[in-house]
Amino acid sequence: MGQALNQGVMQAKLWYAQRISAMVLGICVAAHLAMIFYAIRGGLTAQEILGRTEGNVLFAFFYEVFVLACFIHAPIGINNILQETFPRSGIGKPAAYVLGLLILVLGSTAVVGVYSGGAL
Amino acid sequence: MSNTDLKVKVWRGAEQGEFVEYLVPRNPNQTVLDVVTYIQRKLDPTLSYRFACRVGMCGSCAMTVNGVARWTCRTHVSQIVQGDALEIAPLNNLPVIKDLATDMREFFNKWKGAVGFFKGDKTRYDDFAKVQPDSQERQLANAGIECIGCGVCYASCEVVESRPNYLGPAALNRAWTLTNDVRDVQQIERMRAVAGDAGCHACHSQGSCTEACPKSIAPTASIAGLKKLVARAAVRGSKWGKL
Amino acid sequence: MSARPRLDSRAKSHLSYFAYASHRFSGLLLACFLPLHFLMLSQSLRGAQGFEQSLALTDLWVFKFGEWALVILLAVHLAGGLRLLILEFGPWNGLRKGWIQLSTLFGIACGLLFLYLAN
Repeated sequence: MGQALNQGVMQAKLWYAQRISAMVLGICVAAHLAMIFYAIRGGLTAQEILGRTEGNVLFAFFYEVFVLACFIHAPIGINNILQETFPRSGIGKPAAYVLGLLILVLGSTAVVGVYSGGAL
Repeated sequence: MSNTDLKVKVWRGAEQGEFVEYLVPRNPNQTVLDVVTYIQRKLDPTLSYRFACRVGMCGSCAMTVNGVARWTCRTHVSQIVQGDALEIAPLNNLPVIKDLATDMREFFNKWKGAVGFFKGDKTRYDDFAKVQPDSQERQLANAGIECIGCGVCYASCEVVESRPNYLGPAALNRAWTLTNDVRDVQQIERMRAVAGDAGCHACHSQGSCTEACPKSIAPTASIAGLKKLVARAAVRGSKWGKL
Repeated sequence: MSARPRLDSRAKSHLSYFAYASHRFSGLLLACFLPLHFLMLSQSLRGAQGFEQSLALTDLWVFKFGEWALVILLAVHLAGGLRLLILEFGPWNGLRKGWIQLSTLFGIACGLLFLYLAN
């Protein structure tokens, strides 16, 4: 009974975390989509991208928040999908952790990359 | 209106079986229950099925008609017939006893499992509980209390199919109405019961339950209410305590 | 003799289920894409020239198609996600089917806008 309750509390917290991160992502994704449409006009070059992001603290902050929100949101979603599609395999949790790690590490690296423009 | 007979495929057997086709004469204003009754009385007396009131009040006649769970007494053949073909099967997600009759025990056990029953702390010697009919809680409860336990929502839910432990829309809906019953004294137990893998957070708001409910109840809404309540109780606590 | 019938597409042929399926499908694909996206962007650590060289890979038509598809998936997932947030946190007003129709249009609009703006 105690274990079921702990699991219940865990489920509730994961649900909450996913919805809160979803709210953050709602703003981030909307902004990102708008930026995409703005940026792709007339083609997209590395120069153009870095021209906007290099040394721009605001962008760096925005993108890092974006990465962190994805880090929370996507692994929980993946776990749900795998848990329901392959219930006895137990693959949900490890896959979620792997995805989380990839997003956090690669995402933060990308943020550092576009902020520094290779000047590291 | 065509004068050809209806070609009605009916599930015969139990978990294993087959669809058997019967030819049923068409009538104006014919319901699917009329069709099943005709088959059992005139064509094949061995057909097993359930019904009671036959006027859309009891929910006993619920079956899967052309793939969708419905009350057969309230389903006009003319509304759902495909050409001249009908397919009638027992409710999904429930064990089949025989032909069109399913074993409803797990459905009602889950109702209990979700603490979908009332318990108060007043006796006959106390004054009446005073519940404001226009209070928010009472209005939320009222939105879901017309449920008669027909099983249509349960039979329509894909999460019930994929998670055998999932309490299901009817049980969770009932739990929600009782969560909003200010007289009930089991709120912590109820919240614990509907948290967890088998509880409200397994719902994906697919909405099949709300689409299918013959009483226009929205279990999706009730479950959304439970999700918020349980999440807050787990993180911050509720007016009855923390999970 | 066969097994008893199960829930099939007839039980799921309604708008709200379609919204769920699109949200799940788009989310899954986006989740798979995200690490690759970040890997690509981290090539910026090579500086503008190195970054440009890595980006040249995306000139292949399959990447262009992928970009277009991903923009649509993102739009669909965003709109479907906002609908879910309203369903779960907002006042109940039905399954928000109007929203589903708008989301579909939004996805199509984003796809078209992408085609129009990209060279």
